[in-house]
Amino acid sequence: MIVIIDYFAGNLTSVKRGLDYLKIPCEITSDKTRIKKSMGIIFPGVGAAGSAMRNLREQGLDDVLKEEVERGKPLLGICLGCQIVLDYSEENNTPCLGLIPGRCVRFSEGLEDEWGKRINIPHMGWNQVNIIKKNPLFQGVPQDSNFYFVHSYYPSPEDAFVLGKTRYGIEFCSVMGRDGLWALQFHPEKSGRIGLTILKNFYNYCKEV
Amino acid sequence: MLCKRVIPCLDVRDGKLTKGVRFKGNVDIGDPVESARRYYEEGADEIVFYDITASHERRGIMLKVVEKVASQIFIPFSVGGGIGSVEDMRQVLLAGAEKVSVNSAAVKNPQIISEGAEAFGSQCIVVGMDVLWVGKSKLIPSGYEIVIHGGRKRMGIDALWWAREVERLGAGEICLNSIDADGTKDGYELRLTRMIAENVRIPVIASGGAGHPRHMVEAVTEGKASAALIASIVHFGEYSIYELKKYMYERGVPVRMSW
Repeated sequence: MIVIIDYFAGNLTSVKRGLDYLKIPCEITSDKTRIKKSMGIIFPGVGAAGSAMRNLREQGLDDVLKEEVERGKPLLGICLGCQIVLDYSEENNTPCLGLIPGRCVRFSEGLEDEWGKRINIPHMGWNQVNIIKKNPLFQGVPQDSNFYFVHSYYPSPEDAFVLGKTRYGIEFCSVMGRDGLWALQFHPEKSGRIGLTILKNFYNYCKEV
Repeated sequence: MLCKRVIPCLDVRDGKLTKGVRFKGNVDIGDPVESARRYYEEGADEIVFYDITASHERRGIMLKVVEKVASQIFIPFSVGGGIGSVEDMRQVLLAGAEKVSVNSAAVKNPQIISEGAEAFGSQCIVVGMDVLWVGKSKLIPSGYEIVIHGGRKRMGIDALWWAREVERLGAGEICLNSIDADGTKDGYELRLTRMIAENVRIPVIASGGAGHPRHMVEAVTEGKASAALIASIVHFGEYSIYELKKYMYERGVPVRMSW
């Protein structure tokens, strides 16, 4: 069973719909026992870092997530769930989970795109991911595939954790982690068949460990 | 590099896909879920549903359509038509839509934009604007006026002013429909599209007038739009989404070509 962490952070059902479509057993839960019993954790989220961390702490889920990752349980962070696995987020000046060393920072206002036009914030739409380190999550995913992004802040982890990069005004880290702990800035559940491949790969990894 | 988006628009009435044909009113042309799935498989970047169901009692049918679509297609899609409150928005988003679009309701009650953005985030809120060329005047300095009820009612509001206003209120995106170009198949209203796109910092979706893939290229280059909305050009089988995107790609437009 894959658990999708429920911490009142936006629409969690779209990830569930993706997993249901792939016939991957899953449930949306905030129950600690269910989380501990699961074979893998998906940590999604839409919204602001401050309230997300507050909700996690109030439910005592921050410690559970840290313990489970320490025990080697696979975890996949998505979007906001990707950002708050870092040490700190500039959004609402929020201390975060610290599962991956680094910070989450905001796109600067003055950035320009390839044609010299000022970029819009949020970064919204389809953009390419350049995989710089091979990893099981991207097995079967062509280099520079497009994924769907919606965000105003981006992860800036220590170099060792950068797995993939995307260009929007600057080059930022859109995929980070290490084996068994991954975080994606884009939405795999909204990125068509290629996005679903990533969810499937995560499940396959969970089954193997 | 951020891709330009190709977005098919599906009009839905009483749960069926429908299309306005000039002089004939609306004709049913199929199942919206099936069409959405076909467009998804052909490479649509996003899908827009517009609910034109007249009676309030039958609106539940649309939510069923939204749920079905959400369980089968895995790209963002938005739902508009008849959204008049934050509660309407919530229902559509819970049913699985990524975004909601408001049009007349926002003109009558602009607060709905900020309330929606506050509750669900700006990225969820698309403001649809129906715009008519009326010539420049003191009241309408840009010459483009906001109309509602499918173009039947002029509102005395300048389109450029309104675009800036919806951005200020927290809209995440503008879907800009030219009443003059709509249904002509002569191409998008590029002057209007460019004027709005250059004056807001949220994405503008060009709508109304697509009859040839060339028009879509124009919308995102000359018109500076982030996306091109299409309807008839794909509904009646003239082009597939893939053919349209390939045409754009071959002319140097950054589009998503594999999925």
